[in-house]
Amino acid sequence: MELRKLGELFLCFARVGVMTFGGGYAMLPILQRELVERRGWATAEELGDYYAVGQCTPGVIAVNTATFVGFKRGGPAGGVAATLGVVTPSLVIITALAALLSRFAELPAVQHAFSGIRVCVCVLICNAVTKLWKSAVIDGPTLCIFLGTLALSLLTKLSPVVYVPAAALIGILVHVLRRDRP
Amino acid sequence: MIYLQLYWEFFKTGLFAVGGGMATVPFLQEMGLRTGWFSPATLADMLAVSESTPGPIGINMASYAGFTVAGVPGGVVATLGEISPSVLIILLVAAMLRAVRGNRTVERAFYGMRPASLGLIAAAGIGVLRLCLLDEAAFAAGGQLSDLLPWKPLLLFALLWGLTNLVKPAKRLHPLTWIAVSAAVGVLAGGF
Repeated sequence: MELRKLGELFLCFARVGVMTFGGGYAMLPILQRELVERRGWATAEELGDYYAVGQCTPGVIAVNTATFVGFKRGGPAGGVAATLGVVTPSLVIITALAALLSRFAELPAVQHAFSGIRVCVCVLICNAVTKLWKSAVIDGPTLCIFLGTLALSLLTKLSPVVYVPAAALIGILVHVLRRDRP
Repeated sequence: MIYLQLYWEFFKTGLFAVGGGMATVPFLQEMGLRTGWFSPATLADMLAVSESTPGPIGINMASYAGFTVAGVPGGVVATLGEISPSVLIILLVAAMLRAVRGNRTVERAFYGMRPASLGLIAAAGIGVLRLCLLDEAAFAAGGQLSDLLPWKPLLLFALLWGLTNLVKPAKRLHPLTWIAVSAAVGVLAGGF
């Protein structure tokens, strides 16, 4: 794997990282333009496949997709180069902003602004829940899993790490039991 | 060794957060409370900043949280921790894309994981709501229901919720718009 190709992957995904505004779902149209239309590195169908894999594997969707495209083009080293590319703009921008904000955090105006912003964060989380609801809670068992997780995490101090693998097992078991009793 | 601990905490987050940036919030909330690295209020601020800056939200949150805990190297280490499981899994899976994509067992596992992830997000959301919209300290001191429900943030919440869910032209606006509006309202109101 030549260095030039790795550099290309890194830069391409750094561009994607800068232009993505608001998470993995916002990234698809940008990937479409950068990978399919500008560079011809993938067809629209391939990109759809990569994206689907990014969504059905754990982790940040944007990172999964970047790793996958990079791997397809340049093997494991390509996957790493593309991933580092997609996270570098975040790191630089957030670090600069966090350093700036922490210097001004004591100012009353900044504190007042954030007290307003926190209310907005509540709305954003509510809206995220309603949006995800449609694809996640689709029948009786999924409703039970949702309510069970919600109740347990409100009432106990169990680590969230426990719930996700347990729910994966339940998801598989539900289908096994259903097949036994058709 | 703070960097090793950061890396491990964010590795777990990257491994178990299913379904995008918001899914990392419950993990960060629990992490902050357990380690004392950051408070739920700081986490809400980090989420707002992460939504308003370029880059994937999950990565922005990791960079911000890592920076808060241990400066610039902390941000780098947390981000690397969060992406490590993705990279490892994808590199393993990449070789057998077709097998994973249509695989029934994988689909069924996700059938179970999606509502669980949503339950975790909802629980974290209730934590943030209690923190930002209810004044439990005043309620404990005064005992009046009006102490528990401060009208100013509740009114802003109702307005923003209505605008983002019921008003068609407003629905399409980027979250950044609403974050900026709420910041301005916060400053004008002199804080909530």
